[in-house]
Amino acid sequence: MSSSPVSRPLMEVRGLTVDYVGETSVARAVNGIDFDIREGEAFGLAGESGCGKSTVAFALARLTRLPGLVSGGSVRFGGEEVLSFGKARLKAYRWREVSFVFQSAMNALNPVIPVSEQIMDVIETHEPRLGEKGARARAVEMFELVGIPPARLDDYPHQFSGGMRQRICIAIALALKPRLIIMDEPTTALDVVVQRDIIEQIVELKAQLGFSVLFITHDLGLMIEFCDRIGVMYSGELVEVAPASSILTNPQHPYTKALGNSFPPLTGPRQRLEGIAGSPPDLRMLPKGCRFAPRCPHAMQVCADTAPELRFYPAQQSEAACHLLN
Amino acid sequence: MSELTQSSPLALGAQPDTGAALAPTQLELMRELGVKPRPGWTSRLSPGLAAFVTNGKGMAGVVILLILVLTSLCAPLLTDFDPKRRAGKPHVEPGYEHVLGTTRMGKDVFTQLVYGGRVSLAVGFGAGIAAAMIGLAIGISAGYFGGRVDDILSFFVNVVLVLPGLPLIIVIATMVEEASPLVIGLVLALTGWGWAARTIRTQTLSLRTREFVLSAELMGEKKWRIILVEIFPNMLSFVMGGFVLGTIAAILAEAALEFIGLGDPNAVTWGTMLFWAQNNLALQSGAWWEIWPPCIAIMLTGAALVLVNFAVDEITNPQLRASRRIGGIRRFLNRRGRSADVF
Amino acid sequence: MSLAELERSGPATAPGRTVVEMDGVDKDFVLGSLLNRTVLRALSGISLKLVSGRALALVGESGSGKSTCARMVARVFQPTRGTISFEGENIAGFTGRRLERYRSEVQMVFQDPFGSLNPTQTIGYHLERPLRLHRPEISGKAVEEEMLALLERVGLRPAADYLKRRPHELSGGQRQRVAIARALSVQPVVLLADEPTSMLDVSVRLGILNLLEDMKSQRQLAALYITHDIATARYFAEDTAVLYAGHLLEQGPSEEITERPQHPYTQLLIEAVPNPARKNSTTRSRRATDIPLWTNQSRGCPFVSRCPRVTAICKETMPAPTQIGSSHTVRCHNL
Repeated sequence: MSSSPVSRPLMEVRGLTVDYVGETSVARAVNGIDFDIREGEAFGLAGESGCGKSTVAFALARLTRLPGLVSGGSVRFGGEEVLSFGKARLKAYRWREVSFVFQSAMNALNPVIPVSEQIMDVIETHEPRLGEKGARARAVEMFELVGIPPARLDDYPHQFSGGMRQRICIAIALALKPRLIIMDEPTTALDVVVQRDIIEQIVELKAQLGFSVLFITHDLGLMIEFCDRIGVMYSGELVEVAPASSILTNPQHPYTKALGNSFPPLTGPRQRLEGIAGSPPDLRMLPKGCRFAPRCPHAMQVCADTAPELRFYPAQQSEAACHLLN
Repeated sequence: MSELTQSSPLALGAQPDTGAALAPTQLELMRELGVKPRPGWTSRLSPGLAAFVTNGKGMAGVVILLILVLTSLCAPLLTDFDPKRRAGKPHVEPGYEHVLGTTRMGKDVFTQLVYGGRVSLAVGFGAGIAAAMIGLAIGISAGYFGGRVDDILSFFVNVVLVLPGLPLIIVIATMVEEASPLVIGLVLALTGWGWAARTIRTQTLSLRTREFVLSAELMGEKKWRIILVEIFPNMLSFVMGGFVLGTIAAILAEAALEFIGLGDPNAVTWGTMLFWAQNNLALQSGAWWEIWPPCIAIMLTGAALVLVNFAVDEITNPQLRASRRIGGIRRFLNRRGRSADVF
Repeated sequence: MSLAELERSGPATAPGRTVVEMDGVDKDFVLGSLLNRTVLRALSGISLKLVSGRALALVGESGSGKSTCARMVARVFQPTRGTISFEGENIAGFTGRRLERYRSEVQMVFQDPFGSLNPTQTIGYHLERPLRLHRPEISGKAVEEEMLALLERVGLRPAADYLKRRPHELSGGQRQRVAIARALSVQPVVLLADEPTSMLDVSVRLGILNLLEDMKSQRQLAALYITHDIATARYFAEDTAVLYAGHLLEQGPSEEITERPQHPYTQLLIEAVPNPARKNSTTRSRRATDIPLWTNQSRGCPFVSRCPRVTAICKETMPAPTQIGSSHTVRCHNL
């Protein structure tokens, strides 16, 4: 892991804006966000449904489907502008440098083809010089990495459990030794015990192989245990970016605070907690000021008029976008 | 983690990357892509109907069908001739008095066309609706009740599907001597419901495991009510699709049967027009006006129905609709020197 | 009685009464064709009680049989062995009028807010049908008033706006509130909540659970709360039961179960809950295996494949319940 303070981050996102073009309106799902992912870092992107985190994942992977449209911004990976990549460059980018694991990827495995073929297909497509033998050897290596007996390489997807299938998808994501893996809710569809297993495994692999992870989920608690830094998104914007250790113990943004209070504890007296009242704004007609203001218990007049900017606060070692902090 | 202070982009006082293209505002984007807020009148209709009314293909199909139906209904207003009687000299070319000319027997083609349309369209739509209804009833029952009922009904569905359509219709039609259009329509209805039944059964099977159906059952709703109010409205697009395709099949099959001579030659329908034109060697003698009008009429009806079906498909599957914006989005990206994401 | 009158008059059942009792319930499902049958035993020897004014949480992973349990109380399935009784009567014998009445006495709220409402009907329809079916004494204008009162009660304001809307116009949380309003409209005695918040956003979950809590205490409902999240189980329910492969492994007051879990599976579940205070934990290398497929041929304790305390006897017989506290029982040979 690079420790030089002037080393370039692995991925730099500036002003990324993604819109969904509807029949009669345009919904701005992501509104000009800025963040970095460093080498060997696990960066978590947290937020609830509709906040745009999945849209960000797809945009970074250049997989924005119609009617989605990346209408502005820049995504620099190792210095190159990903949004201007042509077809050929994209092919090298996807899977070799950046790979992905999506929610229910385990259901995206082709049910009529043995798993070995599916993982070998990926290897052979991107590294044809390995040939069939080389591809199979790599496949065996990957299976061992994720803890599945290589003897099961030729089984069909339905012969594995949900957790194992997700592990297979992780193996496929790792097959070409990428530098960044984007994971969008990789464990949401799994049970709690299996979930923990998989996440722990990813962290182990990360330490072993040195790749970075962009980990996207709505489960803030899970993220805190395993990520280095966490960005909290609300309604298409980043409201707070902080180290995992301080995001719940010392939250700066009211939304982060309220989110932290939404998890019932396992100890202490059983008492009533409150969630966050109201719902997120309509993405087609965004309010002028801070998007969280209508639901914020501490909203002031300035909050309704001007949108706060994401600022760095050295004292707390974190960034937050809130007028209350000024 | 120790590099936090130094390499946080904002801590370094990093300027916004001037290479990053600034995104247009939402309104600017709408203008650039040609997205217009719709007029309000459609919002008062139910969402399905509103979607259909704003769909170009669907409305084009509906308009064509309306024209065909209206001209057939208003036949007496459009022509003074009798479709079954001689109206003029044989094989007169289209002209002022006989807009589409006359047949070998001297009957006015235009008159035959509009009167014949009544029968052809009635039989086509009638058989289509009947087949769709039979298919719906059998498909829903098989899907919802399952078990024995499903086994028995599926058996019949399979029988009807397996028997080849046109040969079967020909066999039945020959047994009835000169089959009038009504008989043909009946035969088509009774043999054409298989496909609709199959698709509706599959849809019903998938719908009945949905929780809102279970919720209705746990609320104590009667079975017939569940079928009618919970399940059926969620399958409307399939029923529509089944009806449209059934009608196309019926119209074509009816014309085909009459063309090969199995129909009642004294009836006036588009199919019998083709039969007589063929009999009288119309093309060989250069009388194209005897063959083309019924052909084009049948084609137009089929095409219009298919357009309506496209619209229904697009409404049920919004992904098909998104393709309308591709052009605008590609141009937007090209202007900024970027390429589309998914190829 | 209208909602308003009911709230003034108080609960329908006296608190603390056992309303539903499951006694030694087994449920078998026959899978496969004639030549290749397996009998899946979804539930084995389930005994639990639902008490008015209290919630019992049924915690387990997917495939544990918890949903099947709820559906059996709702009489979607009949038990293969054992009895389920409602206020002392065996529900298996209910037919005709009695069954119709049971439908209004026991109501269910489902997991998927997007699936439990009919997409083609309005919210008003969803509330009107239960009223017409089970509360015929309300008619005419009073029906609409009752629907508005229900919507207000579950926090959907202004209520009149919601009646004409369709499900796709509402958010997940709002739909779940409609589902709760629908369940409450028939004045049930028992509420079965099958993972009502798992598909909702985190910030919305507490709102829904608080709403259920209010309804439960106001009407003294007996609630069964199904979940895989032991933390929300502790939050909402006074008692918790832990289910694994159709077997109840531990039952007792929620606080005791979470603070002093006795069964190794319960301990595993508690450990799996994300705990920010426990960053970079070192406990590892216990590769979770699948929940076994329990059939009528299976013997012993289902947890053997994952249990750190497994001994020979565990593979032979299912342990009998051991009493720990006054209402805390565990089924394990090696406590």
